[in-house]
Amino acid sequence: METQAFQKIYTRITSITKATCSLKAAGVGYEELAVINGKLAQVVKVIGGEVTLQVFGGTEGIPTNAEVVFHGKPPVLNVSDELSGRFYNSFGHPIDGGPEVEGEEREIGGPTVNPVRRQQPSELIATGIAGIDLNNTLVSGQKIPFFADPDQPYNQVMAMVALRAKADKIILGGMGLTNDDYLFFKNVFDQAGALDRIVSFVNSTEDPPVERLLVPDMALTAAEYFAVDKNQDVLVLLTDMTLYADALAIVSNRMDQIPSKDSMPGSLYSDLARIYEKAVQFPEGGSITIVAVTTLSGGDITHSIPDNTGYITEGQLFLRKDTDIGKVIVDPFRSLSRLKQLVIGKKTREDHPSVMNTAVRLFADASNAKTKLENGFDLTDYDERSLEFAKEYSRKLLAIDVNIDIDEMLDTGWELFNKFFTKAEVGIKEELVKKYWPEEEGFEDKKSEKKETEEEA
Amino acid sequence: MEEKVYTKGKVKSIIANLVIVEIDGPVSQNEICYIKLHGTDLMAEVIKINGNMAYVQVFESTRSLSIDKEVEFTGHMLEVTLGPGLLSRNYDGLQNDLNTMEGIFLKKGEYTKALDESKKWDFKPLLKEGDRVEAGSWLGEVDENHQSHKIMVPFKMQGSYKVKSIEEKGTFTVKDTIAVISDAEGNAFPITMTQNWPVKVPIKVYESKPRPYRLLETGVRTIDTLNPITEGGTGFIPGPFGSGKTVLQHALSKQAEADIVIVAACGERANEVVEIFTEFPELDDPRTGRKLMERTTIIANTSNMPVAAREASVYTAMTIAEYYRQMALKVLLLADSTSRWAQALREMSNRMEELPGPDAYPMDLTAIIASFYARAGYVYLNNDESGSITFIGTVSPAGGNLKEPVTEATKKAARCFYALSQQRADSKRYPAIDPIDSYSKYLEYDEVKKYLNEHIDEKWTDNIETVKDILIRGRETSEQIDILGDDGVPIDYHITYWKSEIIDFVILQQDAFDDIDGSTPIDRQKYMLDKILKICHVDFEFDSFEDTAEYFKRIINELKQMNYSEFESDKFKNHEKQLEKIIEERKVD
Ligand SMILES: Nc1ncnc2c1ncn2[C@@H]1O[C@H](COP(=O)(O)OP(=O)(O)OP(=O)(O)O)[C@@H](O)[C@H]1O
Ligand SMILES: [Mg+2]
Repeated sequence: METQAFQKIYTRITSITKATCSLKAAGVGYEELAVINGKLAQVVKVIGGEVTLQVFGGTEGIPTNAEVVFHGKPPVLNVSDELSGRFYNSFGHPIDGGPEVEGEEREIGGPTVNPVRRQQPSELIATGIAGIDLNNTLVSGQKIPFFADPDQPYNQVMAMVALRAKADKIILGGMGLTNDDYLFFKNVFDQAGALDRIVSFVNSTEDPPVERLLVPDMALTAAEYFAVDKNQDVLVLLTDMTLYADALAIVSNRMDQIPSKDSMPGSLYSDLARIYEKAVQFPEGGSITIVAVTTLSGGDITHSIPDNTGYITEGQLFLRKDTDIGKVIVDPFRSLSRLKQLVIGKKTREDHPSVMNTAVRLFADASNAKTKLENGFDLTDYDERSLEFAKEYSRKLLAIDVNIDIDEMLDTGWELFNKFFTKAEVGIKEELVKKYWPEEEGFEDKKSEKKETEEEA
Repeated sequence: MEEKVYTKGKVKSIIANLVIVEIDGPVSQNEICYIKLHGTDLMAEVIKINGNMAYVQVFESTRSLSIDKEVEFTGHMLEVTLGPGLLSRNYDGLQNDLNTMEGIFLKKGEYTKALDESKKWDFKPLLKEGDRVEAGSWLGEVDENHQSHKIMVPFKMQGSYKVKSIEEKGTFTVKDTIAVISDAEGNAFPITMTQNWPVKVPIKVYESKPRPYRLLETGVRTIDTLNPITEGGTGFIPGPFGSGKTVLQHALSKQAEADIVIVAACGERANEVVEIFTEFPELDDPRTGRKLMERTTIIANTSNMPVAAREASVYTAMTIAEYYRQMALKVLLLADSTSRWAQALREMSNRMEELPGPDAYPMDLTAIIASFYARAGYVYLNNDESGSITFIGTVSPAGGNLKEPVTEATKKAARCFYALSQQRADSKRYPAIDPIDSYSKYLEYDEVKKYLNEHIDEKWTDNIETVKDILIRGRETSEQIDILGDDGVPIDYHITYWKSEIIDFVILQQDAFDDIDGSTPIDRQKYMLDKILKICHVDFEFDSFEDTAEYFKRIINELKQMNYSEFESDKFKNHEKQLEKIIEERKVD
């Protein structure tokens, strides 16, 4: 980077740790950027005349007489329509061989939306995946993570959601993304002909981990440009936020801060909330929706990272493998979309809440039956039927490879109720049953036929 | 007042929002100062003083701040402005009016007036010339959203005064002088309708603070019937994420029998506050028929707003509550979530490199929480009227584990414990308050028992005991059944279990989103409790355990239909008749 006239240059570093360099410097602003020996760094502490810089790429090889150049400003991103269709690194510089973006310079990690200027989210986002649309409906302006073990295909599901979501812009923030996953995203977006509405900021596994701390703010600054200045619906994908939090822990640990639970910094909640709360519905029509990934270790959601995330986001989508059908499903028990109330039965068919709740309840009955079976107790006829129901429900609705519209999901729900249960067992409001219970011969019809033949005999 | 010269200082160190300022004169602990940054004033509060260095926590982002920037101290602590017009307002944690701020984004250093200073109020004097007054005396009143808002002698005025002059009925702004009072030496003090008060100091201009004894009706059955809270009582709601803390608090804020409701959204989601902004101006207050927003003040310091202001927000809310209590009003104060407040304290304590307590929280966390809860309460004012602040906070325990510092500290301070259980939430048994782990210490107070038995039913407290016994026995038998299998236990076990399920489904579970079921007045709670206890005392006969589930589900269904019907309507009575019929089927005399 070229040095400019107003920039201050220093060459005497007083102390160096694994992640930081300190030096005497005057007039330096808090959170200002600097370059040390060609590496980007940011002011994290000013004690008297001594400034401490966090070096994103690590301090390996930095000599005490290294040249330190201050930028005079915090990290920025140039925003304009030219952002679209391009790939950038954590600092917002192109990595796709194309030119730098011209546009208005904006500080990243900018101010908060005044809560009274927000609008209540109310637009449904359809994904075709019934585990989401039927049971955990997404709404624009929502923030929601996938909770998944590292072996789940979360990036694939997320890409699918993004492409079907009908967003004006999709902004990918990749943190610790493997090269393979990076190419995967590039390919699917390309093949879907969607590249021109995608903006990607990528910190790969080959880049220094601390750099990824800038990725969410870069992605969200771009998102705010399109949502506020252009009134667009923007979908932001953040993967993997666990790796982001790990980078926070690395930094706070190297700065000798007192860790709280699970070696995470005490400010983890605020740090994550600052990012997720950028999700918003503006009254003028623009919106930012955040779909993130939080990888778990062994499904443990009590670990600090998923735990704090759960307290911040508006629900979570839990992926797991259903061994009965051999497919990955969106777990109906552990998943939740807190904003679904705003749209189901309002923007969707009136029977949506009932079908959703009933199917989940019957699925729970099946899981009770399973426990009984495992404990060696006899199953009742109802137990047997609920187990059969669970398998089909899982295959036809919960599996992530399902792609149908919401009416079809609801019809499928009724079809399964009819096939395995009586109306009384299903227990849905009379009016809805009259309207939606399928004509086809179902379990109840067979049962009464059987009864009649027995009586005749 | 004479022109005072306040201390000035210069920024010497910056560690996130902790700034160390070199000072040239006296400053006091918790004094407010402003850091001058390129034409913006960043508000900050002194939290530690060491020699000529003042440690201040900045209520804004310190981005771009550099050393040697000037700092001006103000000579006062963090204060709120009190006066008519606080209701229906949306404030941030420092009492800036969010609605009068410019633009979509919050701007650093933008501070707005708490009260509308141009609005004219209809003032009516309550005292006359020559009357003796002291801090908190009611000089007059104005009508604020149809409630009498008392204009009081400022709480800071010590000693006794005489009314020198007072305005007749008329219209005034909050800045107009409405009375002049004088002390023994004849010094005159003009009084307006507004006054300031430091948020961290409790307002204590009352006669006494007895133990609370009156029931505060909330319309939530599992609270009112099983573990009631009193007017002036304290309670807390711990629960893992998604277990229903916020939904429960919103229900309380809509339904509770309070004159004034103050909601402090402390470090939680902005969209949840938007829900209140959107709904409350539309929803009717069931007691008055007016809009809910008219009795409500919202303090919104959501999770993405500055952390230090989050800490201040609960104090701001409490001080406004205390102000209304001085008018002999029943105030309900809700804070969601007090854990975020504790975390704000932790962040600051860590930055100051204080010796950490458990989970890196400050050592004095328990004391801080206790003294905050102690500000709630029922009081007799100096004019023999009474007022109250009922305070209910939520707690968000890390990992949902109740053995963590904030939950444990709060448990020592609050008298009601409403534990939300993950298991109940998972099985959609809302509200997920665990009926057995939860408690209300008020049920041990003789004066509370007496009040309940006099006002609801002479057998009320005995009935509550019975209900709790049935629930405990239900839980025990259900564990037995799980171990021994459905047919490994006598049929009686199933009956006992199902009787407790009736209580669970019909009293404990309540659909917060249903217009009728959502809120149940106490007389209706009594009616249903009597009905259910009667069923619980009936002996039933069954041939096999398989029949019990089906039979009791029918009973539960009728009772639930009653819950969903207008009280004593035809529909209600029809279901009741059905219910009686079903009971007869299996009853043994
Ligand atoms: N009484 C209720 N009736 C119906 N649904 C409820 C009820 N309480 C909670 N829920 C459901 O649970 C969801 C989460 O509830 P809520 O937002 O109150 O949780 P919380 O405990 O405040 O979580 P957090 O700690 O993350 O803020 C709601 O969006 C709603 O779907
Ligand atoms: Mg909540």
